[in-house]
Amino acid sequence: MTTLHVDGKTYTADTAGRNLLEVCLSLGLNVPYFCWHPAFRSVGACRQCAVKVFKDEKDVRGRLEMACLIPVTDGMRVAIDDPEAVAFRAKVIEWLMVNHPHDCPVCDEGGECHLQDMTVMTGHVYRAYRFSKRTHRDQDLGPFVNMEMNRCIQCYRCVRFYRDYAGGRDFDVHGWHDHVTFGRHEDGILESPFSGNLVEVCPTGVFTDKSLKHHYTRKWDLQTAPSVCPHCGLGCNTFPGERYGTLRRVMPRYNGEVNGYFLCDRGRYGYEFVNSRNRIRRPLQRDHTGPVEVSKEEALALAGTVLQSRKVIGIGSPRASLEANFALRALVGPDRFYHGVTDKELRLVRTLSALLKRGQARTPSLREVESCDAILILGEDVTNTAPLLELALRQAVLQKPKADALKLGIYEWLDECLREAMQDQRGPMIVATPDRTALDSLASRTVRAAPADLARLGFAVAHALDPTAPPVPSLTPDTLALAEGIAAALRTGRRPLVVSGYGCGSEAVAEAAANVAWALCRTGSTASLCFTVPECNSMGTAMLPGESLDAAVAEISNGTADALIVLENDLYRRAESGSVETLLGARQVIVLDHLAHVTASRATLVLPAATIAEGSGTFINNEGRAQRSFQVFVPPDDIQASWRWLAELMPHSTRPWKGLDDVLAALADAVPAFKEIPDIAPSADFRLTGQKVPRQSSRYSGRTAMTADLSVQEPKPPVDLDAPFAFSMEGSRAHPPSSLIPRFWAPQWNSVQAVNKYQFKTGGALRDGDPGRRLIEPPEGEPTPYSVSIPAAFVARPYRCLVLPAWHIFGSDELSLHSPGIAARAPGPYVALNPVDLGRLGLAEGQAVTLSVGVASRVCSVIVAPDLPVGVARTPAGLPGLPALALPAWGGIAAVGGHSPPASQHAAGVPPVAGNEQDAHTATENTNATSGSPGERGGAP
Amino acid sequence: MLSVAERLEIEAEAAPAETKRSVASDALKIVQRHRGWVCDEALKDVAALLGLSPAELDSVATFYNGIYRRPVGRHVILLCDSVSCWIMGYNPLRERLESRLGIGLGQTTADGRFTLLPTACLGLCEQAPALMIDDNVHGDLTPEKLDQVLENYA
Repeated sequence: MTTLHVDGKTYTADTAGRNLLEVCLSLGLNVPYFCWHPAFRSVGACRQCAVKVFKDEKDVRGRLEMACLIPVTDGMRVAIDDPEAVAFRAKVIEWLMVNHPHDCPVCDEGGECHLQDMTVMTGHVYRAYRFSKRTHRDQDLGPFVNMEMNRCIQCYRCVRFYRDYAGGRDFDVHGWHDHVTFGRHEDGILESPFSGNLVEVCPTGVFTDKSLKHHYTRKWDLQTAPSVCPHCGLGCNTFPGERYGTLRRVMPRYNGEVNGYFLCDRGRYGYEFVNSRNRIRRPLQRDHTGPVEVSKEEALALAGTVLQSRKVIGIGSPRASLEANFALRALVGPDRFYHGVTDKELRLVRTLSALLKRGQARTPSLREVESCDAILILGEDVTNTAPLLELALRQAVLQKPKADALKLGIYEWLDECLREAMQDQRGPMIVATPDRTALDSLASRTVRAAPADLARLGFAVAHALDPTAPPVPSLTPDTLALAEGIAAALRTGRRPLVVSGYGCGSEAVAEAAANVAWALCRTGSTASLCFTVPECNSMGTAMLPGESLDAAVAEISNGTADALIVLENDLYRRAESGSVETLLGARQVIVLDHLAHVTASRATLVLPAATIAEGSGTFINNEGRAQRSFQVFVPPDDIQASWRWLAELMPHSTRPWKGLDDVLAALADAVPAFKEIPDIAPSADFRLTGQKVPRQSSRYSGRTAMTADLSVQEPKPPVDLDAPFAFSMEGSRAHPPSSLIPRFWAPQWNSVQAVNKYQFKTGGALRDGDPGRRLIEPPEGEPTPYSVSIPAAFVARPYRCLVLPAWHIFGSDELSLHSPGIAARAPGPYVALNPVDLGRLGLAEGQAVTLSVGVASRVCSVIVAPDLPVGVARTPAGLPGLPALALPAWGGIAAVGGHSPPASQHAAGVPPVAGNEQDAHTATENTNATSGSPGERGGAP
Repeated sequence: MLSVAERLEIEAEAAPAETKRSVASDALKIVQRHRGWVCDEALKDVAALLGLSPAELDSVATFYNGIYRRPVGRHVILLCDSVSCWIMGYNPLRERLESRLGIGLGQTTADGRFTLLPTACLGLCEQAPALMIDDNVHGDLTPEKLDQVLENYA
């Protein structure tokens, strides 16, 4: 602890590795700044954080210093309110504002603008400059980010995020002198999947959320609550914001352990499904005469009859909350509950979770991933399977050169010096995958192989690290040498990390990855093991006992069940259409979901289910962290949380659940693994200084007017039975527990930078700990035995290819594809092949082919992937309107004959629904226009 | 497409360098020597040759005001407008240039003979007012002397 004196007051603070600006902000002192950002280091570019520093108590003149550029020394004397420093800061902002257009009333940033906050804070009130301002031509940066360069104050934060932090290479600073601009070389879509973060990184309105523009609302008018992103398995924390019953935008919610300050573009822009015209808003009954809307009571009665008179089974979903899955399980009975995924996927995710629970390697949070310094990626294209993990790994490869640089005595927050010392050095990172990935450019070594060979390589690395690990039979000398090289590289790390997951669809690859991590642990390293999982609650639902979709199919086909309840699941995306037909052939099919998909179009009864923004629930991410997501707004019509529908269907006599807490209590009681789930956030009866936490800001406007066109009487705010939040602006303004923070705001800090006031250390944990609770910790005691099921080497087959799923950040996720911006970036149906296979099969690039796997097939165009191993093909997973393929599997590829592709696509089994077909259409057209790039980020630059 | 000569010169420049990107400005100068300016297409070609993205190379190209990203005339006049030259007669010089050539600052004559650009300082304060045409500096100028100077550039 260091003592320092600021403006005559004495403070003590932990100042190790921190500069004066960070320390002042953490002490709650207001020092204005622009170019500094807690996730980046100091550059001292804006001169806004000037303070006076005095030599000793006798020094009365002091000298001006940039707070972000000096370390804190014991007994240091600092004045923020020194008149000279105050005048200096006011002048600096006056300069910065010389060319700023002062267009706050029409600027999207207004009301949450760091530049506004700092201008007010420094007291620059009157403009002396009276000449013309420089103007720029703005670029079209694609569907996500809007540019208005005239507002720029040249803080360089955007380029430091995009280029230096996120590794984007299509965005830079251009020009010089008064003409400096930031952007692309020419108009075009920003390539980085993290481009949306420019919105918050920019301290003013140069870069703003383009999707928000279509339904703009000021920050203070948005109703917000802490939520979790539903678009991948990482569980990034979010703030969805609502106004007038529609979701307006999603912002990252700071969680020091998970997503930090950032969010990927799928997470940020994937929200528009909530406002979709394809939403199911009222219960729908369907009989031989067609669909009819029914009231909620009628729907409940109809479903009740089905439950009483039929043999009902339930099919859950990895994208539904734990509560919803559990409620379904409770309603139909534990032995009649089936997971909404195929046997293949369920086994894979259960293997992943078992490996994490069994072994001594810890599953790291994203923050912990950033601090790892020797990395092996086995089989995973993280950009497309767990996007923000890429961002964390980009920081991790800098750990080793950074540690070396710090030995030179450089302050770790001094950007220029550190970068000068590090140059292009990177720590060891081995990327072993079937095809190219975006991280290849940072890798110390890349390996391309089929999943079986990747697994064998992993097992060989484990054996090289620890001779007691099982050896791999009949390895080639090259592979052996490669494995030893990788083992040596991993050994150099103080905190090695192995990354794998669902990407290859191979349990052997995951087991091999676990063996590597365990071998490192057994030989004295503190190794971590990070697995990706497919969906936002894959990890959580896999922990619930129950069999897979395949077992449910058997149940229906052999007649032991004749009705089913499908929870938030489009079965056509899961299994091949024959099995789905069997399932939906049941006498009664009840579907609860958000959107009218193909499965819903076949249901006899459809119940409108709340999206993540409209209901509260718990989700477990890939790390095994259980996180609570809270309802943001009350949905219109009869939409309600799935678990509430299911609870209301339980017989009156046994209906025990009134609110979320009752479900959680029952869940914790029924499933021992979820014992701690109720405690991860305060219950609904929690009160802060005797009041609820308001979802609306104290400046929320128009409350008495917004429904005046319907009734002049102001309606009573709805009551939330599930959470200690109010759907209103009334409530406590004190700092809530971290899991209940509805928005970051502090007096004088209207922008997202207010988060500094919620941490003891900038960039550290939220004040009472980051939200969520880890349910998986390495077991104590004896090391677990290694996995021993080593697969045989991959052998290519004549006339056939091993078809692997190609995941796409924009395209593979069901819900986010309903955002037009994301749909526009999704690929069309393709199959990627090695040039050798292309010749072998007599195909040409761009040719239309039929790819058949088992009984399913799809028509797609051929693209060339020179790095893909011979005998292996890849085709996009999760695209709408295409028959689901159970991948990986052997498949045949044949040129399309005379018949037209769409006809054969429909023949293959997916009857289109209006919305999905439309989405699929736009996606296809787009890719044809920009053909040749299988992965948005697939190719190494 | 870069010409063979351009490509060879850039590769020769890059060969001894530790990293290819360190010769970015030299490569741009080579292209400019051959073409008079650096067009978008050439910029992309040079970027590909040096393993840079177009944005990264354009960042370098636009930083230097001596790299022209728009076409210029056969001769470029850099007229110094910094304080010494301004005191010693920059304005009459500029007016003469503008009226004689019929162009303003930043413009090129219709016949493509001259481009007139301002510059912050040529380091010729002792000979102010001064200007530079192509690689030659001319000091102690008056509007009358200027006419003679221009005659030397066809």
